[in-house]
Order: sequence, then structure tokens, then C-alpha cells
Amino acid sequence: MADLRSKLAGIASPNPFWLASAPPTNSGYQVMRAFEAGWGGAVWKTLGTPITNVTSRFAGLDYKQNKMLAMNNIELITDRPLDENLREIRECKKAFPDRAIVASLMEVCEQQAWHELVKRVQEEDIDGFELNFGCPHGMSERGMGAAVGQHPDLIEAVTTWVKEASRVPVIVKLTPNITDVRVPARAAAAGGADAVSMINTINSLMGVDLDSWNPIPHVDGKSSHGGYCGPAVKPIALNMVNDCARDPKVKLPISGIGGVEFWQDAVEFLLLGASNVQVCTAVMHHGFRIIEQLCDGLNTYLDDRGLTSVEMLVGAAENRITTWENLNLNYQIVAEIDQETCIHCSKCYIACEDAAHQCIDRSVVDGTAILTVDQNHCVGCNLCMMVCPVDDCITMLQVDNGLPPETWKERSARITA
Amino acid sequence: MHDLGPSIHQPLTDLEVKLEANRCLYCYDAPCMNACPTHIDVASFIAKIAQGNLRGSARDILSANPMGASCARVCPTSELCEGACVYAKDDSPIRIGDLQRYALDWLMRSGEQLFTPGAPTGKHVAIVGGGPAGLSSARDLRLAGHAVTIFEARDALGGLNTFGIVPFRLSTEVALWEADQVVELGASVRTGVRVGDDVSVASLLDDFDAVILACGMGAVPALAIEGAELAHDALDFIDRAKAGRPVGELGDRVAVIGAGNTAIDALTCAKRLGVERVTMFYRRGEEHMTAYDFEYEFAKQEGIEFRFYCAPVRIGADAVTFVRTQLRDGKLVPIDGSEFTEPVSAVISAIGQSRLDDTLNAFGIETDDGVVRVDDAMRTTRPGVFAAGDCIYAKGQREAMVVEAAEQGKIAAHSVDAFLRAEAA
Repeated sequence: MADLRSKLAGIASPNPFWLASAPPTNSGYQVMRAFEAGWGGAVWKTLGTPITNVTSRFAGLDYKQNKMLAMNNIELITDRPLDENLREIRECKKAFPDRAIVASLMEVCEQQAWHELVKRVQEEDIDGFELNFGCPHGMSERGMGAAVGQHPDLIEAVTTWVKEASRVPVIVKLTPNITDVRVPARAAAAGGADAVSMINTINSLMGVDLDSWNPIPHVDGKSSHGGYCGPAVKPIALNMVNDCARDPKVKLPISGIGGVEFWQDAVEFLLLGASNVQVCTAVMHHGFRIIEQLCDGLNTYLDDRGLTSVEMLVGAAENRITTWENLNLNYQIVAEIDQETCIHCSKCYIACEDAAHQCIDRSVVDGTAILTVDQNHCVGCNLCMMVCPVDDCITMLQVDNGLPPETWKERSARITA
Repeated sequence: MHDLGPSIHQPLTDLEVKLEANRCLYCYDAPCMNACPTHIDVASFIAKIAQGNLRGSARDILSANPMGASCARVCPTSELCEGACVYAKDDSPIRIGDLQRYALDWLMRSGEQLFTPGAPTGKHVAIVGGGPAGLSSARDLRLAGHAVTIFEARDALGGLNTFGIVPFRLSTEVALWEADQVVELGASVRTGVRVGDDVSVASLLDDFDAVILACGMGAVPALAIEGAELAHDALDFIDRAKAGRPVGELGDRVAVIGAGNTAIDALTCAKRLGVERVTMFYRRGEEHMTAYDFEYEFAKQEGIEFRFYCAPVRIGADAVTFVRTQLRDGKLVPIDGSEFTEPVSAVISAIGQSRLDDTLNAFGIETDDGVVRVDDAMRTTRPGVFAAGDCIYAKGQREAMVVEAAEQGKIAAHSVDAFLRAEAA
């Protein structure tokens, strides 16, 4: 059994799986259930001045028979009084002292207000703060959430104020609704943040009902943009996490958020530079019990690879990401179709024919389509492999073309020389 | 009415449809489409179901196969589309027949007509027989704008779909709805009119610009054994049972002679009518049965007993004498001294159908052993006379399936259209 213990900016938890600040961490009842199930930590539903929510708050994006490939929400921060939340935090911490409890905070952009909130909340035995600079709807209209997160100077200022008052580590949660996530991350670092977490939800409209033409979800016929999350956002989150992980001006531990549902997702976040992960949508879909799947899968993976600790994954593939100009132009792969496992659906053929490079030959023999790759012309785009319904039926083979590695940067330098 | 029990295939639930339709890979040049005699674009109609476009789905199906609703229920799908499905190798083919049924059940409930007749051409085609082949040809002729009159000997359209397939496989309601879809396009129908008897062949040839023979086959031929008159005709038996008319006294031990599709229907129908022991007697072996595997399986599940290599030699009032047979040098021969007598309360004969020689001969066309000779375009040897369906069915050459009849009807209609347009030009 590998050691799953994890640390983010000094905040320890028995495993790297935290619940993100969201509906599943809305109450002590829920967080207790989560800890009983085995979650390593919980970022409490954002504390601040209680709000009033609308009904009809969530919407799911389905793909064919699969539910909730993504979801969006127009729910706001906590709708319950601060005292009530703090009492429940106290009870949870008492019952589960080994778990991380992080208080998510949101406040108007005034030093005094932030100082008061931080001091009031840290009267409880919390392990850290997470500053919600990401909520993209509702709160941003009131000058909070993403309205802060989209202004690096405000991020830096608020972070500084919080650090002035806080005795526990401060995590700054970043919004993806910006052009370059490194800029707000650098601002957080400049303000003294101990860590950053990303990504908050992405601005989105889930859809329109084709019968009523009401937006989805609608509140009495109207809607506003919501926050998009779930498995579909993972690639966006991975890119942002890695951007920050590799940035010399950020240099902060990262809590990875965005579409973690399976243990494999967590491994990817960790490899690309996150120190732990936060989960929400998957719990909203399946309940807290998925923590057993996550821990067991992660453990098995680590054991299989002979890794003794989950910390060994953190950032291990971070520098595999670079800029395009540093990719080897002479690296060559071509597709190969395994005739044994091919089910002759011709999906690869039509994809290559209509959308790639017309490199799959198709001949019908006794009513069965035989598909082969013209490897002399295959550009190795991967599309056929992607559309093939059979795992490992189409593989990409490396071709030894005898050429030395050469990047675009090197080639353009050679040509101009 | 006879209580023949529930349909053997219940409709899929909406959830089943969603899961199944979305499981379909939407193959390119899909094997299922190529395995369908009418080339229904299966991938397309299933994708349309998945996208909630049931009207488009039904149109995909019916444009290729006017008999799509009955085919969804009686096609041997495991031998056709589902057998060709890329998932069949892993024993999990898409339930194409059930999905096809779902789309057409929707159409049935909606009451919509998806097709419109073509602009009138002034040509008039006589169709002899209102079964699947005749209806299929009538549909496409109407789409091409030709006037059509269907002459049907029975009092309703649908042919074997209406009268010859047990209701727990294909209900009368579906068979008649399907026929109505064609009639709605403006086909004239003369039911209760037997060509050759009630209307002369000569008048058909004179009064119409072309004729399509889709008259099927006749009754079950008499067994050439003593007591043959005591045997029930399987088709007549099924017809009566389906229509709720008296089927005669069956007793508690029914023997069905034959091993084809109709034999299975007669066996299971007798069983469902409450007969205690229903046994199939077949002069050849299990592997020679012409019934489909799924039909055989169904019969087993219904509690039918099977006796192979037994040929009837004599039918008595309450017993049948059989002789055991064997294959010797590929020839079936009786085994001397192997006769045995089984107590049997009623015998149903399902040994095939006779040919309508008199009708066919009156058209002055050539036949081979009663089978109308046609070319690939369904043209008989007489110009202007075409044929489709069971009247051109010959063992080993064509299949006697509804879906084949539908395809032949389509081909015949297109040939007629080409013939009439060439004439007009």
C-alpha cells in the first residue's frame, strides 16, 4: 500500500482528495458524511454575507446516453449565517481532526471587512483559507468572486490583506475566465499566497429548451450565464494548472480542480504539477462514496508502478509540456490497424477520408470491409485511433525515418543561418 | 376470439431505446444496411431515433421498405441486419428490429402519412395480390405517379401478414395499418376479387398498361397418404385462429407435419390454444429444418416436442402411423419395419404451399415447376407482366421472407415504371 498522505502548502490530509467548495460542502451534515466515507479534506462552501439563491440552479450536459459530461450552476455562496457554518466546522474538525478543513471566503474589497472575516473564521480550528476569486455569476456583479479574479491588482491587494490577518495558509482560487492564468497566479504570489487552486467554473450557457425556448436552466423564463464544470472541463484545467506549475514567477503549490471523477484524472493533475485535487461534480453525480474508488484506484496504480508515495507523482511530468516550437518535427508515427480485433465498422475510414488525409484503404471482401492504413502517406494525426470503438485495435507505431530530432526553433535557425 | 397470449416481442421502453440507439456506432456503409434485402439505412434511422427525430427515422425505414412494420416483427434479424452488426461477433448486436419497431410504432400512433403520390402519369397498373409484394410495388408505383388497382382474393389486404402469421408474432392491426399506408396514397383496392374467376386475365391484360403478379401461393397441398383428408391445412388453421373463427376439434395431442416457418406458427398456435401435447414430426433431421433457428428456439420455449426422421404413412381418427426414415447416400429412405403408431387427436399439415398454376398459366407466362420465371428486374417472359413475392419463390434461389417480397415488389415497381416511361417515350 502506497502512502497517500498529501500536503498542500503545509496543510496535511490523509489522501490528496479534497471536496471543492461547492454544494457538497454546504453543511456539517454533508462534510461529516464525506469524512466518514474517507475524503481527505473539504473546502467549505464559501463563507460571507449569506445570500438568497434562486430555485432552478443547475443544468447538466449529457452526451448520448451518458449523463452529466459537464454541468453548470447559478448557485451562489452560502445562504446560511456565518455562526451556523462555524459551529458545524467546529463539530466536523472535532470528529475528524486528521482531515483538512479549509474555509472558503468571499467578501467585498475592503481591507477591514476581510480582516474581520478572517479573524472571525480562524477562531475555529481550520487548516487554511481559500479565497474565492472565481465565482463567475451573481457574486461578480456585486464586485466579488470573478470580479476580483479578473483584476490582478485586486487579487494581490486582497491576498495581502488576508495574509496580514491570517495565521493559517492562504490558497487563492483562480478563475479560468481570463486570457492567461499565469497573470492572476503571479498576482496571488505577489500578495503572499501560500498556494493557488484552479480552476473555478467557466462562464457558460448550458442550452435552450427547444419547445419553450427557455434557457437551461431557467428561472421563470430567464437565465444568466453560469459556471461550467465537470469531466468536460478537465483539459482546460490541466492546461492552466501546468501553465502555473511551470511558471517561475508563480512558484506556488497548486490544488488542481476541474473534472476529476476517476483516479486517473487525479494522477494526471498531479503529474502535471498539482499537489492535490479537489472534486465536486463527480460527487454531485454519484455521492461521497466515490472516494473509495479514487483511493483504491490510486493506490493500485502507485503499487503497480512501484511508487511508495503519492507525493512522488507531483509534477513528475510537468516539464513534458513545452511550447510548440520545441516539438521534434522529425518524430514520426503512423497508424496500424489490428485485423484480429477490427470489427469492420469503417469509422476510421470515413474519418480519415473526410476529415484527415485519405490514408485508409477500404475494400469489401465477402461483404466485410477490410481496412488498412497507407502508412506511406499517413501523417500520424491519431484521428482513426480516436474514433475506433475497439481499445488498442488501432495503434500508432513509431517509424524510424533515420532523421535526427529537430524542432521548429532549430529548423528556422538553421534555415536563416 | 381465441386467447393466443401476449406478443412474443414487447416494445422497448423509452429508456431501452435511448440506451440501444446510442450504443449504435453509426458505422460507415454499415454492414446491417447491406445485409437488409431492402437496404434500409439502419445507421441513419437509429441515429435519428437517438436524436429524437422519429418522423425522419420512420421515413428512412419506410422509404426503403414499405413493409417495415411487419419486418420489424417477423424478419429473421439474426440472419440479416443483426447478424451483420459489428457487435454480433461479441453476441451483443444492436436490437435493430426492436428499434425499427419503435420508430414505426410512433408513426402508427401519430397517424401521419409520410409520403405523397407522384404527379399522375396517366398509366394504370394492375397488381394481382395484396400481400407484402403487391403492397410494396403499389406504394412505389404510386410514388411514381402511376394509378394502381390491387386485386385481392381475400376480404382484406396484407396477404400472409394478415392471414398467415400467428398474431403473437404479427398482429392483424399492424398488418392492416401497413396496408392502409399504401391505400392512403391512392391505390384502388378490389378485395374479394379472384383474378381468373371474378375478373378475367384477358381483361387485366387489355385494361391495364402493366400487370404485376404478386399472388403468392395456394393452400397446403394434400399429403399423399391414407387419411390425408383428416389433416388440417396449417395456413387455414392459423387464419382461423388469428381471426377468432372456430378451428375445429383439436383434442389433447396435436401432430404438425413439416418443419418450416408455418409449421412453427401452427405448432405454437396449437399450444397456445391449450393443446396439451403438440409435436412436430419431420421426415428429415434437425439440421434440415427450414424454420429459422430463432423460430425453433421459440417453439422449444413454448413447450413443443420434436420428432425427427419420421414420415407419416397413415392418418386415422385418433392415431397416426409413421415410418422412421434415414438418409442413405444423400437420399431419404424409409427404414423397413420401423413403422409405429402415435395417438394423435388432430393432424395439421404444414408441408409447404401449392402453386397457383391455373392463374399463372392464364397470363401466358413461362413457369418452372409452378414458379414464375423472372429476370433480375422481375420481368416475366411476357412484356408488360411482372412478378414478385412468393409466386417467384423457389427453394435454393430466393427466400420466402416478407422482406424479400417487399424488395421484389420495389424492383418490380421500378421496372414497371421504366417500362411505362419507355413506352410513353
